[in-house]
Parts: sequence; C-alpha cells; structure tokens
Amino acid sequence: MPITVSLSVNGRPVTKEVEGRTLLVQLLREHLGLTGTHVGCDTSQCGACVVHVDGKSVKSCTMLAAQAQGASVTTIEGLAAPDGTLHPMQAAFREHHGLQCGFCTPGMVMSAVDLLQHNPSPSETEVREWLEGNICRCTGYHNIVKAVLSCAETMKSGAKAPAAAAE
Amino acid sequence: MTKFGIGQPVPRTEDARLLRGQGRYTDDIVLPGQLHLHVLRSPHASARILGIDAAEAREAPGVHAVLTAADLAAAGIGDIPCLTPVRNRDGSEMANKARPVLAADHARFVGDPVAAVIAETPEQARDAAELILVDYAELPSSTDMVRARSGGPAVWDDAPGNLCFDWQKGDAAAVDAAMAAAHRVVALDLVNNRLVPNSMEARVCLADHDGDTGRSRLWVSSQGVHFIRRAIAGVMGLKEADLQVLTGDVGGGFGIKIFLYPEYVLALFAARRLGRPVKWTSDRSEAFLADDHGRDNLTRAELAVDRDGRFLGLRVTTRANMGAYLSNYGPYVATEAGTNMLSGVYTVPAVHVRVEGVFTNTTPVDAYRGAGRPEAAYVIERMADAVADELGLDPAEVRRRNFIPPDAMPYRTPLKHVYDSGDFAKNLEDALVRADYAGFPARRAAARKHGKLLGIGMATYIESCSGGGPEQATIQVAGDGRITVLIGTQSNGQGHETSYKQLLADRLGVPLEAVTIVQGDSDRIGFGSGTGGSRSIPVGGAALAETAAKVIETAKLKAADLLEAAAVDVEFTVDADGGRFAIVGTDRRVSFQEVARAAAEAAGTGTGGLAFDEVARWTPPAATFPNGCHVCEIAIDIDTGVPTIERYTVVDDFGTVLNPLLLAGQVHGGIVQGIGQALLENTVYDPDTGQLLTGSFMDYGMPRADVVPFIDFHLNRVPSTTNALGMKGAGEAGTIGATPAVINAVVDALSEFGVRHVDMPATPQVLWRLIHGRDSRIAAE
Repeated sequence: MPITVSLSVNGRPVTKEVEGRTLLVQLLREHLGLTGTHVGCDTSQCGACVVHVDGKSVKSCTMLAAQAQGASVTTIEGLAAPDGTLHPMQAAFREHHGLQCGFCTPGMVMSAVDLLQHNPSPSETEVREWLEGNICRCTGYHNIVKAVLSCAETMKSGAKAPAAAAE
Repeated sequence: MTKFGIGQPVPRTEDARLLRGQGRYTDDIVLPGQLHLHVLRSPHASARILGIDAAEAREAPGVHAVLTAADLAAAGIGDIPCLTPVRNRDGSEMANKARPVLAADHARFVGDPVAAVIAETPEQARDAAELILVDYAELPSSTDMVRARSGGPAVWDDAPGNLCFDWQKGDAAAVDAAMAAAHRVVALDLVNNRLVPNSMEARVCLADHDGDTGRSRLWVSSQGVHFIRRAIAGVMGLKEADLQVLTGDVGGGFGIKIFLYPEYVLALFAARRLGRPVKWTSDRSEAFLADDHGRDNLTRAELAVDRDGRFLGLRVTTRANMGAYLSNYGPYVATEAGTNMLSGVYTVPAVHVRVEGVFTNTTPVDAYRGAGRPEAAYVIERMADAVADELGLDPAEVRRRNFIPPDAMPYRTPLKHVYDSGDFAKNLEDALVRADYAGFPARRAAARKHGKLLGIGMATYIESCSGGGPEQATIQVAGDGRITVLIGTQSNGQGHETSYKQLLADRLGVPLEAVTIVQGDSDRIGFGSGTGGSRSIPVGGAALAETAAKVIETAKLKAADLLEAAAVDVEFTVDADGGRFAIVGTDRRVSFQEVARAAAEAAGTGTGGLAFDEVARWTPPAATFPNGCHVCEIAIDIDTGVPTIERYTVVDDFGTVLNPLLLAGQVHGGIVQGIGQALLENTVYDPDTGQLLTGSFMDYGMPRADVVPFIDFHLNRVPSTTNALGMKGAGEAGTIGATPAVINAVVDALSEFGVRHVDMPATPQVLWRLIHGRDSRIAAE
C-alpha cells in the first residue's frame, strides 16, 4: 500500500508517495533522481549508499523510506557549500587521489565526514576501523586513509566546521 | 616541462563530478518508458530442463514479455562464442563450448540464465520470475577440477573426462635433460584460488530501439564499446552500423567488463522486440553468480637447480578451470596470456608447460586483473623461495644468482618474449633497503617475545602488457583553441581523462580545461580496442602522442602562412605559457590558439567550429614488460592465527611515468587485490550440491580498510625501448607481484614449524591449524 513520506533532503522539503517496502536509497535514487548515492551490494556490507540522517551516517539501503519521515537527510549532492566549494573532505579526496572509479566514493566521503564529527583527530587505525563498513575495490584504501587524516589536520587548523553544508 | 606535463602528479579532472555525486553511471540513466529485465537463473549446478511454463508469469502485473531459449532460437540469436580457441597437444581442436544466452535443455551451473522477464518495474519483473515453473531433472555435478577429471559427473556429454583442452608449449626434452642432470629438482603443488572480481558497480545495461531509423542503442558498463558492438552484432545477426554502444562512467572493471554476457543480448533483444527501452541492473548476489570469475588453477611446478641454486629447467603442469562454458577469452587466459611469463626475471634455459582446460559446473572463468600473469608470477616466485628453502640459501641470494642482467637486454626468453629493458637486481636491492631487510632478524626476535610469528617475503615479478592490437586517437582542434579527443580506450576508474589531457598539455601546451576526452561512444569514435592488459596509457597514450605530432605538423604549415615564413623555418615549443610557433632565431611567433583561430576562419567554421583535425593509429611493435620487487612483512598471532601485514614495500619499473599520483593509485589498489587473494578471498562451491557458498559480501572476504597497511611505493624507471613513450603499463602489476610476496612471507613466518607451503587464502583458521596442529612444536610447548 502506498504511503506518504515527508522529509528534508539536502535542505529542501520533499513529500513523496512510495511503497511500504521502498528503501531510503530507492527514494533518493529513483524518486528524487539523486543518483550520487550508489548501491553496491544487497547485504548492507559495502557502504556505497551511506548518507546522513539527522547528521549521522546511515546505510540508506538498510532503512525504509518510511523510517525517514520527518528526518533531515544529506546526500553527497548536498555536501559541498551552496556556492559549489567542495567540503574539506571532498577536497582532500581529490588532492590525495582518494577515488578511482568513484562508485564507493559518495558513501566513503559521507562516512568519513561523520567520523570527524565523532573524532576530530583520529589515528590511522581509527580511520581504518571506522571505514571497515565501506568497501573500495580500486584504491587499496591507501589514499582514502591519507585523505581522511589530511582532512582532519585541515579542519583542526581552523577550516570549516565538519558538518555537511546542508545540515 | 609544463606544470601539467608528463611526470607531474596532476589531480584528476574527473573528480569534480564524481565527488559531487554527479557521475553518470549506466544505472543512473533513465529513459522515458523504460522497462526492467530480470533474469531467472538455474538453482541447480546441473539439470535437464524438461519444460518451462511461463503462462502465469506472462499474465502477472506489469509484465510485457517472458523470454526463453525457444524465443531466441526462433529469432536466430546464437550463442556467445569463445574467441580464443586453442589446440590440443596432438594438434586436434579443443572441445569448444560456447555460452548460450539462455539455457535451452540443460542448465550447467548455479546462476545459468534460463528465462528473462521484462516488466514495468524491477519488482514486478522479479515477482513474476517467481511464477515461472521450470521442470528441472537435477543431475549430479562436478564443481572442482580434481573430481571433474577423475570420473566426476560430465558437464558435457561430448567432452570426455570434462577435458576442454590439453595444451602445451616449450621444450619438454630439454627440460627432461635438465632435470636428469640437476643437483636437485624442487617441486611444489600450488593452488591459485578462484576469485570473484567484484567491481563495486555491478554490471548493468540499458537498450533501446528506434523503429524509424532501425538503429538500436546499448548503454553498458564496459571496458570498450567497440568490442561489445562487434560481439553482440555477431550473436544477434545485426549490422554493426545499426548499433550504437555507449559507456558512461564505469564503477570498476578489472577485466570482467570486457566481455559480452547474456544479459546484454537479452536487453537488446527485448528492447527491439517490445519497442521500449529495457534496463538490466545486476544486484550483488547476482553478480557473484553471473560475472565471470578469475584464476582457479591447480599447478604442479618442478624446477631443476644446480648446486648453487641456479635454475636449469622448469616444468609446469596446470589444470585451469574454464567453468561450464567458455567465456570470450577463457582458454587464452589459461594458456598464452600468462604462461609465457613463467620464467620470470630469471635465466631459465628450458621451460615446458602443459595446461589442461577443465569444464566444471561453475560460472565461466575469464580475465581478471593480470589475466594469467599473476598465476605465472605466483608459480615462479614461490619456486624461487622453495629453492632457497631446499638449499638453505637466502631467498634474495637465490634471485641474485638467477637474474637476467641488464646488459643481456634485449633478452629472449625460452617461450616467447624478448624483454627489452629492466634492472631486476636494482629493483630487489632498492626494495630490500627500503624494507630494512637487514634489520628483520632483530624484529622477528622481538615479535616472538610478544606472541607473534614474523615473516618476510619477496617477489621479483615481471609481466607483459600493451597487447590487444592497435589504438587510434582523433584530435579535433576548434577555432577557440579547444580540443576534443576521440579515443577507443575506456576508463573504468583509472583516470584516463586526466592522463590524456596531461599528455596533450605536454605536447601541445594547451591547458587541461581546454581539452575534452570522448570515450565510450561507438558512433563518434571510429575505432577502439578498449581497456585491458594495462594497455590504455602505453598504447592509447602512444596513439594520442602520434596524433598530437600530426596536429603540430599541420598547425606548423598554418603558422608558417601566418608568419609569412617557410614551414621548415618554423619551430614549435611548449613552455609554461603554452605552445607557440616561431620563426627560428627570431622573436616572430604565434600561439597555438592563434593558429587555431586563423584556421577556423580560413575554413569558415567560426571560432567555436572545427579548425582542423588529425587521426593516427599506433600499433605496439612488441609487448612491454613492467617489473619490480615487492617485499611483505607479516606478523601472525600465535594465539589466534590472525595475520597482520606490518609493512609492505614495492619498487616498480614502469618505464616513463605520465602521472605518478595516478600510477601509485593503480599500484596500491592492485596490491590490495593481491593481498585479498592471498589472505582473504576464496570462491567455494558445495561439492555435493554445486551451490556457491561464498555468494555475498557476508561470505566472501573482500579486503577492507582495517586489514591492509600503507604501502611504501617507489619507482626505478628504465624506459621501454619498444614503446613510443617509453611506458610499460601499470594497471595490473600490483596484483601480479603481491600474491607471491605475501605467501612467501607467510611461509617464512611458519618456517620454524617445518611449513614449506601454504595455499591461498591463508586465513586465520588455516594458519592457526598450522601453528597448533597435532604435529606442531607450539602444540607441544
């Protein structure tokens, strides 16, 4: 039976009619056309679909759209500043070549942003353990970990707040 | 040299869109009215199909069609052929078993496509597929090669002993003689475990058809549109001119996205029949069954050595799993693709290799990152360590005694190749210094006090690249100085856009942002050999450089007109301000952009229009041979068996380097795929039912961020003498060197227990048993 879901996505209010079984990631990709969030598995293992729900990183394939009723969702499309300036994490991924095919990247970046919200000065081990739920097949994680550590340094030295622009 | 020229670590221009979620992967494309295709797959490893009743499914909500093999046969759709048949030792032809688009009367592996449902939504297609009644008569199956070859159930009635081919190469008599005269013959039995490639973007395609023009389009996540167009046109009996194949952003390939698969034929067939766009998007569970697998060799290697550990002769006998059907390149990967590299970086006077291709009731096997060369490097690099173990020598010393020296180049190997360049000893010595090999015994003793077994392993690998035929590049110069490149290689994430732009910045002095790279469109790009075998930069790059040279020559004539000089008196130079033509010995000059503008005006095409264009094709005269040394140091926890890579050092020779930032990324990723194979990844079928037991990321051990280390990567650049740019190719090398380095380290760590070999994957359970098994010393402590 169709249900109506109202939520905020990247700072914009949206209301959509969806099936009860519709996942949050399907709402984002198929109903809202926000295809930056990717689906890389069907067992909640790969993390390509990570978005922020009320500021916390969530695998959007593991949550029903209905459960996002009233929530504030930020996707990779909403991470950069309104003027287009990349979030420091996006900038760090670019500078350190932390992405190759780019398929895991949106989830990886959203997850890493949330890490720095919890822990602004993570160790290499803490970065690696936090990202254990995001699978990348291209980079060997080397440059991803470097990017996250570098971003933490940048933000500590007084750059922007770690939260996503739209949150 | 310019800021963005060859050798500079330029960040990627692709990232601007990929980091913002604005990539355009095939599943992101939505065509108006598109339908969705779901493939019903065999749940049995081997079963006769006695009948298919799709009546209820055809009436289900949203369903437009249900296709079976009978529909395809009626339309004259053929099987997907193997393109690389090999001959048996006796000269006869192999058992050539093409892959059907849909199984007709016999399903031969779990996941074999049996029917396809096309419906309004993916959910409706999936729901309707559950209503199809397939009458299966289940048969016993053979999923492992040993059983298949020793009286196991037949995959094909007319392939006795499940033998696909029995192929050989090399000089068997010379090897026999070497063995007879040897001080020692060292032997190992090796398993090269079956892998599921697992690009993070699973395979996906979208087809549509224009009834008015009679032309079809196929968007597909591929490694080259021209191959897909040729192959699918052949299977479907279409004219290539009636088909446009398109590829957008690709979420990883690693080989598997080269091939033609049944789903693309089904989607295109359905779109043409129904007159509506049809999309197929694989989910991960389906990908585990339906994407071609990699590796899966059982090898016995015997190496004859003299008293000093010098290699005299190598005999390799391999069984290579082909799966139930032959994929496009399956037999090639198991034979010519890799075995020619079996002698590695060493002077081995005689080599003989024999490969049996074996049919099993499993997913077809084809090229996966390295495609035969990782298997070969694993054999010879494990053997080098086995010789060291047998003779009580340092593994580094065994390698030193057998290296082909730089002054022997060009060096003809016993099986096929002529190595043009390389300094293998320097790779080793540099890597050993960086890895602090000398300090290892002290680290080992210290680790032992903390309950860890420390081991160190090395691999001095070599591989062959730049195959796959010629590549072609077109450069279009617009009146405003903007440049468009059309090229038939296909980035799957490597960063070809940036690399090619960088090459043009170097050659033409144009800014990166003035260049647009067009790939993945078979209409716009006239020719292409695609991406695979680490060929895109060495071959595609060489083609682009050749075209750039023609652009300069053409522009020079136009510049000479502008400068009112003879062309021979005009020279082209590139500096930090860009490219310009000048009369030699004067300050009279004109910029590349000014020449483009004048050319467009002369051609009457306006500033935004085409000023002129050039095209060139480059055919590699020979393979290139990337080489290097990996050193892995691993700690195994005595209590748990958990291995941890403590340090990983690599020194690589890729010849001339275009972009070291992107190059390092290729090496890191390749090494971690090798670490994955060595320590984590395995593809397991239930021997009784033929079910794939490792069919998800819950069951299949993908390497994750917390189990791999930072990698210490350095370059030892010895330019290729056969490649126009001096480049050797770098896309697969990491994977090729990694597995023997890791396993050599594991075996070294366990050497105190008399362990001579550990098969991949060396999981904690395997290692714990070796440490704590009945016969081990630890158990007795």
